Amino acid sequence: MIALSEFLILGALLFCLSVAGIFINRKNVIILLMAIELMLLSVNMNFIAFSHYLGDVSGQVFVFFILTVAAAEAAIGLAILVVLFRNRRTINVNNLDSLKG
Amino acid sequence: MNIEPIIFYFFSAILVAASAAVITVRNPVHAALSLVLAFFTSAIIWVLLEAEFLAITLVLVYVGAVMVLFLFVVMMLDINLVPLREGFIRYLPVGALVAIIMFVEMVIVVGSNRFGLDVFGAGMKHGPDYSNTKELGSVLYTVYVYPFEIAAAILLVAIIAAIALTMRRRPATKFQDPSKQVLVKRNERVRMVKMAAENKTTPNE
Repeated sequence: MIALSEFLILGALLFCLSVAGIFINRKNVIILLMAIELMLLSVNMNFIAFSHYLGDVSGQVFVFFILTVAAAEAAIGLAILVVLFRNRRTINVNNLDSLKG
Repeated sequence: MNIEPIIFYFFSAILVAASAAVITVRNPVHAALSLVLAFFTSAIIWVLLEAEFLAITLVLVYVGAVMVLFLFVVMMLDINLVPLREGFIRYLPVGALVAIIMFVEMVIVVGSNRFGLDVFGAGMKHGPDYSNTKELGSVLYTVYVYPFEIAAAILLVAIIAAIALTMRRRPATKFQDPSKQVLVKRNERVRMVKMAAENKTTPNE
């Protein structure tokens, strides 16, 4: 018997790990994108756990849409990354200050 | 002896270790491969939760397409890793502190006193004739048909955006313009040359 809380704690642990990853890899855009993917994975874990324990398939439909949007986000993010590297010869976040924001 | 908790804890340990490797390893290729392991392991945990269709989708779409795209980009870009690692040790304490505080807060909220076995039970177990794909499809194409079409539009936007961002026209590239080829006139291709007629020669001369 596995309780729902154990799946939720696993999702929370994944989410906190990816938040820590965003903190400590703040220069590297690729690792930042991977940490975002990991965050979405932990959210999906929660959705599927609730869907299983409540007996409602709508949670899995939401995971389906999250997967779609995450794939689109990864494709556009990597395209931006490639253009960035082509123009600046680096992917360091510190050098991305052209807008002077 | 129930085998489900053993499977759950074993693969959860692998999942957490792989996620920790994603954010700490030095080489981005190793990070991407660790992320592949994390996706694969969470697909196994999703199978444990009877979400078979999404588990297979995670392996096919994420491991098969998105992570290959990541690996492709990581290997294609010639990245100098040394300046990207600076600040790693400096931000490690604050990152770990924030993560630990968040984790403790989340465990207080979603812990076993609210979502434990005695509150939520052991989950819905379906029989052997249950089809997760059929169940998902019967909801997806009726109740959620408009979000489904919006998802299709989002994917189309992603395709167009990715192509439009990364396409570049080099000035030296040679390519055909079909409309010009179709619209060509006769006198742009054929040049009539006036010249004097040759004298007749006999071959045995």
